[in-house]
Amino acid sequence: MKPTPILELKDVSVAYGPTKVLHAVNLHVMPGEIVTLIGSNGAGKTTLLKSLYSAPAPYSGSIFLNDFDITSIPTHEVSKRGMSLVPEGRRIFPAMSVVENLAMGLVACADKSHEQATLKKIYELFPRLYERREQRAGTLSGGEQQMLAIGRSMMAKPRLLLLDEPSLGLAPLIVKAIFTTLKQIAADGTTIFIVEQNANQALKLADRAYVLANGVITLTGSGAELLSHDEVRKAYLGAH
Amino acid sequence: MDLYVLGQQIVNGLVLGSTYGLIAVGYTMVYGIIGMINFAHGEVYMVSAYLTAIGLAVLAYFGISSPWLLISLTMVFAILFTSLLGITIERLAYRPLRKANRLAPLISAIGVSLILQNYVQLSQGAKNQGVPTLIEGVFRMGSEDHFFQITYMQMLIVVVALIAMGLLNFVVQKTALGRACRATQQDRQMAQILGIDTDKVIALVFGIGAALAAVAGVLITLNYGSFDFFVGFVTGIKAFTAAVLGGIGSLPGAMLGGILLGLAESLFSGFVNSDYKDVFAFALLVGILIFRPSGLLGKPSVEKV
Repeated sequence: MKPTPILELKDVSVAYGPTKVLHAVNLHVMPGEIVTLIGSNGAGKTTLLKSLYSAPAPYSGSIFLNDFDITSIPTHEVSKRGMSLVPEGRRIFPAMSVVENLAMGLVACADKSHEQATLKKIYELFPRLYERREQRAGTLSGGEQQMLAIGRSMMAKPRLLLLDEPSLGLAPLIVKAIFTTLKQIAADGTTIFIVEQNANQALKLADRAYVLANGVITLTGSGAELLSHDEVRKAYLGAH
Repeated sequence: MDLYVLGQQIVNGLVLGSTYGLIAVGYTMVYGIIGMINFAHGEVYMVSAYLTAIGLAVLAYFGISSPWLLISLTMVFAILFTSLLGITIERLAYRPLRKANRLAPLISAIGVSLILQNYVQLSQGAKNQGVPTLIEGVFRMGSEDHFFQITYMQMLIVVVALIAMGLLNFVVQKTALGRACRATQQDRQMAQILGIDTDKVIALVFGIGAALAAVAGVLITLNYGSFDFFVGFVTGIKAFTAAVLGGIGSLPGAMLGGILLGLAESLFSGFVNSDYKDVFAFALLVGILIFRPSGLLGKPSVEKV
């Protein structure tokens, strides 16, 4: 029996009203993998992640999380199935303290007994968050907010972690630090699906990768393969 | 200036203001979470006045005569029923319009307001209703014909209002439930993604707002003794003024705005003209909207993107 993917999209098509964004996308993520989806601005990357949360739900096709059909289930039910999202633009709650933001990550868990242990682990990964735990999240720097968004998503101890452009608007050094942390998180057994415009960093990190262009998956392969692929180099890595 | 009169007006203003504050909380929380002015909120307060009379009558029928027991049981009854009413209004009149343009729920709110007023008028009669005085007694300072006073009922109003506000503040700031409310207010979709059923949170906010309106309704009814189906209109707009004065969307703002409006109105009627106190309160509303639309504690309004 072949192992079941942790996340599987079958012919998923998504539209905003009359505007079709994704066209019959097929994609899967196996347990323990780091998979990346790269593509330029407007290709439909964020839409793909949002469709996992029925926001909006696909108009055709189906989405499976651990073999469970999550297509079109209510948004607030999705996170109870072991998947967390670090959204584009971080979307932390600016008027709440760092600790409160982290506590929000726990809402999806029926069993909250791991709270203290997980909090400790997050503070070890991001000592800055510990230093600023009582501070209003809106006053954090961009990098710290990204750490907070990742920390928040880890509070639920997800088996699958989704990240939407974690490098957006951050200084290169901080991006590097974030990607190192992601590697650590993956090494601890969390499966990672990362959507990026910063193709270089993402492809170096990933086991496997997909290229999304105009709502269609145009290429797939291992991270290393795509890094050296001519078209990818031209279109996404700035090579000439 | 007569200091006794001044003191009296300040006391009256604080009492009036704390009830405005309680009602204003309902306007401000609903605005904070879904960005609409619930113009049916005043009617919810009006219904709680009738519930007070009904509750007292039913309890009297069962032979309960202790004033404290009467007041607390009536309060519980009014809070339960009114919060249910608030939740029902949201479910039937606003939730179906959640994605409509901003004008639609506003018109729906005015519709709900008219329905409630007319239903109560038809079912309870148009004439003034009354409840008996339950708490007598007064605390006086000064000489025989020159004094200011606080009735025990007035003291009860201020104490209960403070407790209710304190409780609400605690729930919003310190509990998981309050955190869910604040998260929904700050970023509804993200709250959903994190696992919060925001429809439930919004219903809860309507319930809480209505419950506090009921607290004010029971207290005011017991204090003044009389009411009719139209009391919700003026009191509702006054409380709305209080919410705007404090900064709509801000919880401490609603409380502060209530107290300030109560004081301003009281002092105006004591020292200028009591016939024009409503005119004064609404002139204040117009003034705030023109010169400081974000209110005292509100954030400067930025159009949401």
